[in-house]
Amino acid sequence: MTRFSRRTLLQAGAAFAGVSAIGSPAILRAQAARIKIGHLVPLTGFLGAIGSYAQLGVKMAAEEINASGGIMGKQIDLMSEDSVNPATASTKAQRMIEQDGAVLLFGEISSASSLTIMQVAERNKKVFFSTGARSDALRGKDCNRYSFHCDIPNTVMVNAVGTALNQKGMVKGKKFVTLTADYIFGHDLLKAAKAFFSANDATLIGDELIATDVTDFSPYLLKVRQAKPDVVCCNLAGNQVTNLVKQYAEFGFPYPLVGFNLNTGDAWAMGEGNLSGTWPTVWYHTLDNSASKAFVEAFSKKYGKPPENHAWIEYITLKMIAQAITETKSTESDALIAYFEKQTQFDIMKSRKGYFRSWDHQLVQEAYPFTVKPKGEMKDKWDMLVLGDAVPAAGAELETIYPTKTQNPCNMKA
Amino acid sequence: MQFGFLLEQVVNGLVLGGYYLLIALGLSLIFSVGGIVNLAHGAFYALGAYISVEITKYLGFGSAIVLSPVAVALLGILFERFILRRFYDADPILSLLVTFGLAMVTEQAIRIIWGAPPISAAIPQAFRGSVFLGDFLFSRYRLLILAVVAAVLLGVWLLLHKTSFGRVVRAGIQRPDMVAALGIRLQPYMTAIVMLGVGMAALGGAFFAPITIVHPAMGAEIITVAFVVVVIGGLGSFWGVVISALLVGVVRGITIHFAPAAGEASIYVLMFLVLMVRPRGLLGERIEKFE
Repeated sequence: MTRFSRRTLLQAGAAFAGVSAIGSPAILRAQAARIKIGHLVPLTGFLGAIGSYAQLGVKMAAEEINASGGIMGKQIDLMSEDSVNPATASTKAQRMIEQDGAVLLFGEISSASSLTIMQVAERNKKVFFSTGARSDALRGKDCNRYSFHCDIPNTVMVNAVGTALNQKGMVKGKKFVTLTADYIFGHDLLKAAKAFFSANDATLIGDELIATDVTDFSPYLLKVRQAKPDVVCCNLAGNQVTNLVKQYAEFGFPYPLVGFNLNTGDAWAMGEGNLSGTWPTVWYHTLDNSASKAFVEAFSKKYGKPPENHAWIEYITLKMIAQAITETKSTESDALIAYFEKQTQFDIMKSRKGYFRSWDHQLVQEAYPFTVKPKGEMKDKWDMLVLGDAVPAAGAELETIYPTKTQNPCNMKA
Repeated sequence: MQFGFLLEQVVNGLVLGGYYLLIALGLSLIFSVGGIVNLAHGAFYALGAYISVEITKYLGFGSAIVLSPVAVALLGILFERFILRRFYDADPILSLLVTFGLAMVTEQAIRIIWGAPPISAAIPQAFRGSVFLGDFLFSRYRLLILAVVAAVLLGVWLLLHKTSFGRVVRAGIQRPDMVAALGIRLQPYMTAIVMLGVGMAALGGAFFAPITIVHPAMGAEIITVAFVVVVIGGLGSFWGVVISALLVGVVRGITIHFAPAAGEASIYVLMFLVLMVRPRGLLGERIEKFE
C-alpha cells in the first residue's frame, strides 16, 4: 500500500500555503471597489431544502442589482454560504465580518442560528437582517439594535391561522394536541399557541416535544390517537412538517391537522393528497399585485419553477438593503439603522407596504392563512394553496396582529 | 389501558425495526464478507427512493418497488467491480474514505439531477389509512412493508443457510484463506453480496419514499441508525442484526411513549449499554480476520 511520506505531505502543505499567499493580494485588490455582503442560510439539515430556495432568491437579486450598475456604482460581492448549525453560523458570521470584510450580514432560517448571528452582529456593531427566523424571542427579549427581522414572528402565524380557525368554529371548546419542534423556535411557537388557546377557550390536552432529527413520527402519532383530540396542531419546522404531514396522511386519522408554521417549499414536497387543514404563510407566488407578478415571472423564467417564500424574502431584503445604502450613501451601521428606524416604507410585493418597526426592528407586513386546493383545480404542481383574506383585514392597522409594546419585552440598548 | 398503549408502541416499533433491518442487513453482510465499512450504503438507499419515485410516475407504485431495487443492484455490480474490489486487502481506513467520498458524490449527483429541494411522493390510494384489530391500530401501508420485509428476510436466510451459495459466503466470512485453498474464488460471491445488500437498501428507500421526505441528504440520515443496528447486533450474525433492528425500533417506541424528547437519544444509550456488556454486539461472532 502506498502511503504519503511526511515529507511529501509537508511539501504539499508548503506549496498550498505559497499559492494562497501569492493569490490573495490580487484578489483583495480586485475587490476593493466592491460592497461585500455576507449571506448565511442552512443548505443542509432539516431546513436545507427551503434554504436552497433562499439562495436562488438572493442570487437573483444580486445579479439584478449588479446588472443595473450596482449600488452607487459599486458591484455587490455576495458571499453566500451554508450556515450548517448555530455554532458554525456564528463562526462563519464572525469570519465574514473580520476577515472577508463584509459590511453587513443577512439571511438564516433557523431561529437558533439566527440568535447566534445576532450576537456576532451586536459584538461587531454590524447590521444583520434575519430573513427567515420566526421565533418571537429574537425580536423580543433577545432583540438588539443591530438586528432586523423580516419574516413574520410566531405570534403573527398563530394569529393568522387562529383567526381562520375561529371563523370555522374549530377553536372554542375544542381539545388540541400539539407536536412541537424541540428548539428555540418550537418552544416559542408553543408559548404563542398556548396563549392563543387560553384566550379562545380551547384546551391543550397534550404536547409532544420532538427532536429536530426525527424522521419517523409513528410513535408520536400513536400517542396522538391515544389522547383523542378534536384538532391536531403542528408546531414543527422545515422537513419535519413534510414528514409529519405525509405520515399523518398514511395513518388516516379523523382529527383535522392544522399548523402554525409552514413554508411552501415543504408543502410542495409533500405529495399528492397528503396536505389538508389550515396553515399560515407570509407570501405566495399567486398573490395578485404587479410587483409580485413581475418577480414571479422573472424568477420562473430563470430557474424553471416559481419562487418559494424564502426566495421572495431574500430577494426583497437585498433590494431593501441596496435601497438603504443608495439613499444614505453609506454602508455604516449607524446610518443604515437610522434609515430603517425612520420606518421607511417598502414595496414588498403585497397590497400594503411594509416597514421595520422602530422599537423592535420587526418588518410589519400582511400575513395570510391558507387551505389546500382540491387536486382538479390545480394549474400545476406548484399551485397548491388557496390563500385566505390577508390578515389584518383591509382597513385595520397592520400592527394589530403584532405583539404590542407591553406584550413584547424588547429593550434595545442604544 | 396503559398496557394496551404500550403494546401498540411495541408492535409499531417492531415494524419500524423491520425497515431498519432492510438497510442494516446489507451493511452487515458487506462488512462481514468483504471487510468493507460501506459508508455509501445510505446513498444506495437514497437512489432507491429517487428511482422509485421516477418509475412510479410512469409504471405505477407496484413496478417501482420491484424495478428500483433491481436497478440499484445493477449499479451495485459497477460499485463492487470498479471500486470495492481494489480495497479488500487494503487498510480499512482507505475503504472508509472511498465509500465516504462516494456517498458525497452520489448526494451531489442527486442534487444535480433532481435538484436540492425535496421531491414529492405519495402512498397509493389502496394502502392509505389504518387497520383496526380490536382497539389496536396499524397503518395499512406499514403492514405491507412488514410483510415484504418478512418475505425478504426469509429469502435471505434461506439463501445463506440452505444453498451452496450461502455455505461459501458463510465460510468466506470466517475463513477466506481456506475457501481460497479449496479453489473457490470469493470475488463473484462478493459481487452477489453487494448486489443483494444495496438492493435491499434500495427497497427500503422505495418503500419509505411515500412516507418520508425524499431529499438528497436522506442517505446520510439513515446510515447512522443502520450502523447502530449493526454494532448492537454484532458482525457476522444474521439473527444478531434481526434482533438488534427490532430491539432498536421497540426501545425507541417505548422511550417516546414515556419521554418523547428522548426518543432519538434512546438508541445510542442502548448501543452504549450493549457494548458495555458485550463488546462484540449481541450475537457477534469472533471473526479472526478482524481481530
